[in-house]
Amino acid sequence: MNDNLGSPVAAPYTTTSNNPGRIMATVMVALAPSTLYGFWLYGWPSIYLWLITIASAMLGEAFFLRAMDRPASKALTDGSAILTGWLLAVSLPPWAPWWIGAFGGLFGIVLGKHVFGGLGQNLFNPAMVARVALLISFPVQMTSWVGAAPLFAEGSPGPLDGLVILFKGIPAAFDAMTSATTLGFSKTEMSRGVDLLQSAAHAPALSMIGERAGSMGETAAWLIIAGGLMLIIKRVISWHIPVAMLAGVALPAAALSAYDPAHFLDAQTHLMSGGVMLGAFFIATDYVTSPNSPVGRLVFGFGCGLLTYVIRTWAGYPEGVAFAVMLMNALTPIIDSHFRPRIYGRNRKGLPLQVAD
Amino acid sequence: MGFLDRFFKEPSWGVHPDDHKRPAADAPLRILPTPERVYMPLSQHVGGAARPIVVVGQKVLKGQLLADAQGNISAPIHAPVSGTVFSIGDVTAPHASGLPFRAITIESDGQDRWIDTELVADPFALAPEDIARKAAAAGVVGLGGATFPSAVKFALGKRLKVETLIVNGGECEPYLSSDDRIMRDFADQVVDGVRLVMHAIGAKEALVGIEDNKPEAIAAMRKAAASFSEVKICPVPTRYPMGSDKQLIQTLTGKEVPSNARAAEVGVLVHNVSTCAAVHKAVRLGQPLVERIVTLNGGAIATPGNIYAPLGTLVTDLLAFVGLKGEPARLILGGPMMGTPLAHDRIPLVKGASGILAFNAAEAATPEAGPCIRCGTCADACPMGLLPMEMAAHIRVEDFEGAESYALGDCISCGCCAYVCPSHIPLVQYFSYAKGEMMAAERVKLRTDATKRLAEARTARIEREKQEKAEAAARRKAEKEAAAAAKAAAAKAPAKDSGQAQGETV
Repeated sequence: MNDNLGSPVAAPYTTTSNNPGRIMATVMVALAPSTLYGFWLYGWPSIYLWLITIASAMLGEAFFLRAMDRPASKALTDGSAILTGWLLAVSLPPWAPWWIGAFGGLFGIVLGKHVFGGLGQNLFNPAMVARVALLISFPVQMTSWVGAAPLFAEGSPGPLDGLVILFKGIPAAFDAMTSATTLGFSKTEMSRGVDLLQSAAHAPALSMIGERAGSMGETAAWLIIAGGLMLIIKRVISWHIPVAMLAGVALPAAALSAYDPAHFLDAQTHLMSGGVMLGAFFIATDYVTSPNSPVGRLVFGFGCGLLTYVIRTWAGYPEGVAFAVMLMNALTPIIDSHFRPRIYGRNRKGLPLQVAD
Repeated sequence: MGFLDRFFKEPSWGVHPDDHKRPAADAPLRILPTPERVYMPLSQHVGGAARPIVVVGQKVLKGQLLADAQGNISAPIHAPVSGTVFSIGDVTAPHASGLPFRAITIESDGQDRWIDTELVADPFALAPEDIARKAAAAGVVGLGGATFPSAVKFALGKRLKVETLIVNGGECEPYLSSDDRIMRDFADQVVDGVRLVMHAIGAKEALVGIEDNKPEAIAAMRKAAASFSEVKICPVPTRYPMGSDKQLIQTLTGKEVPSNARAAEVGVLVHNVSTCAAVHKAVRLGQPLVERIVTLNGGAIATPGNIYAPLGTLVTDLLAFVGLKGEPARLILGGPMMGTPLAHDRIPLVKGASGILAFNAAEAATPEAGPCIRCGTCADACPMGLLPMEMAAHIRVEDFEGAESYALGDCISCGCCAYVCPSHIPLVQYFSYAKGEMMAAERVKLRTDATKRLAEARTARIEREKQEKAEAAARRKAEKEAAAAAKAAAAKAPAKDSGQAQGETV
C-alpha cells in the first residue's frame, strides 16, 4: 500500500466548503441591489466611477503584492480588494471626478490595508480610511452632490456625457442637477440661524426609496436593509452590530428631537439619511476591524451609532459615519480584550465555577 | 426546523458537518473471519502498559490473560483468538508519530476456542466493588475513544456518590456508526450494561443521550429499556460535538463541569454505550474485552459498514475484508474530527478504535491555509466558549503564556474551529503544538528545579562534610591535646603518686 498518506497534521480531516472568496461574494450580492439602484438613480457617471474605484483598488492590491514578492493572483480572486473598492465607491458622491475614485482605491488598499500587513491585519476599515482621507483632502469634490438623474431619463447624461462629467467635471448643461443632502442642508441652514422648523418647508425631500441626493449607494435605505438581512440570515454577519449601531443613532436622536425639535433632527431622518444604513450593515460589520464577542459587538455598534450622532449634531461635518466607524475601529482591540465570551465551566471573570454541594 | 428555532432553540456552539454515516450505518453487521495473526498491543488504554505473563510458543485460548494490569491506572490484555504466542515485540502504534510499541503476536489456530468463563446468574446480587473488579479483570476501558480504565471511573463515581449516569450514545463524529450499530443490534446488552454500571457506582438514574439522527437506535433502545424506568432514553439534537462529555452533560442535565473539576464532582459520570455492552459481557458472561464493532467507512472503501472483529487485527486485514475501490489517500483511526492519522495500514485494531476511515483523494484534499480574516466563526463554533483566533494569534508568535491567558488548557481539541474556519487554518494543530510546547517547558522547568535542588543539596552536603571534617579534626586535636595533657598529667601524677607510693612504701 501507499506509505505516503499525507502529512500527520492534527485533526480535523474534513473542513467547511466556505472560504473568504465565498464570504466576499455573498456580501457583494447583498450590496448589489442598492448599488444597482444607485446606478439607475445617478446614471452613467456613477457607473464609471464605480468601475474606476474598484479597478484602482485591485491595481493597488496587485502592485503591492508584487512589490512584496507575494503571489497576487490568489489574493485578487478572494474578492477582498473588489469589496473594499466597491464599499468605497458607494460612499462617494456619484458624480465625483475620476481621480477621486482612483486615488481613493489606491489609498484605501495600500495605506488602509497593506501597510498593516495585508488581509486580516488592518486596524481600520480600508474603505473608510480612503473616504476620510478624500473628505479631508478634497472637501469640495467630496461634498458635491447631485439630485436624481435616472438612467435613460429625459435630460440625464448619456454614456458620453458621463465620460465628460467623469474626466472634465460637471458641464454647465448639468449644473442644475447639483443638490444638497438632507443632513448638509439642515447643517448649513442651522449655521445661518435658520432652525429646523423653518427650514423644513424647503428641505430636500427625504425619500424612503432613496430618490434623493446622496452617495452613490447609500440612499436606498430599504434595499440596504434587505441586503443586510440577507447577510444575517446567511450567517455572514451577526445581528449585533447593525442593531446596536442603529439604536446608537436612533435613541439619542429620538430623545433630543423630542426635547427640542427646532434644533435636533428626528430619529427617522437620521436613520434614513447619510451612510447610517450602509455603515450599520456593511461597513461596521467588517470582520477584521470589529470585535468578535457578541457583547463586544453590541458595544462597538452602539459606539459607532452614538459617535455618528454626536459628529452629525455637534461637529463641523454634516455626516460622521466614516469617522465614527474609524474611531470605534481603534477601540476594537480594547473591546475584544475586555468583553470575552464566558468559557464553559468558568465564570465571567474566567475563574473556575464552584462545585455546589 | 423552523426559522426561529435556528436562532433560539439550538445550542449556539458546535458545527454541522456532513455526517456520511449512511449507508455504512444501515449495512448489517458483518463478522470478520478469524485473521491468521493478531497483534495485541500492551498499551491500549490510558495509564501503565500491561505486563506480559505468557511466553513465546505458549498455547492460549480466546479470552486468556496475556498481560496483567500494572499500576493503579492500567488494564489487562487478553487473547482475542485461540492459538500460539508467536512473538512479543514491536508493532507500529496507532498514533500520528508512527512510533513502535510493544505487542503480543498470536498465531491463530482457527478454532476460536474460548477459555472457561464464569457465568453470573444475578449480578445485581454482587457487591458494587465486585462489578468493578470483574470489569477491571476483563480489561474494560472507555470504548468511546478515551480508553480510560472503566473500573477506576466506577470507583471514583462510587466514592463521590454520583447520582446520575450519563450514557453516551451521541456518536457525533461523522462517518462513524459503531455505537449506532451496537444500540440497534445489541440494545438489551447495552441496557443491561447500563444497569450494571449504575449498580457499580450507586447511581439512581441513567440518561442515555442519543443524537436524533439515529431514530433506529433510539427505537431499539427505548424497547430494551421499556421495563426499566430508571434508564431514560433521551434523544439530543444532532450537533457536533454532542458526544463530548461536557457538552452532553450540559445538554442532558443543564449542569456545567467546572473547568478544574471532574464530571463526578457535579454528580454525574459518563460512559459510552459500547463500554456498557462490554461491562455486560464482562460481568454476566465473564468474557474479557477481546472483540469490538468497528466502522469501516470512507470514499476509498468498496463496501462500507460495521465489522465485528477481534482486537489486534491489522487494518490491512480489515481493509481487505471490506475491499478497496482504490488507493486510500488518507487512513484515519477514529472519526474525521478528532481521529488519528495512520502512517500505513499495518497497524493493529485497539480497544478505543471505533472506526477506520479510508479517504479517497477528494475527501483527503485539504485546502491551503490563508490569513485569518477575524470573522469570529471559530469563536461562535467553539463549544467551550474559547476564542480560537486569539489563541492562534499568540501561538503564531510562540507566546504560549498569552495563549494560556485565553484558557488554552480548556480546549477539548474537538476541531470545530478548524472545521468552520473559512481560511482553513489548522487551528487544532496550533493548539496541540502549544500544549506540547508548554508541557515540554513544564518538564524542563521541573528538571531544572530538580537539578537546582540537587545542586543546592550537594553544596549543602559538601559544606556539612567540610564542617564535619573540621569538627572531627578539632575533636581529634582536642582529644590529642587532652590525651597529651592527660599523659603529661599522668607523667607528673605517677611521680607524685610514686612519691607518695614511695613515701608510703618508704
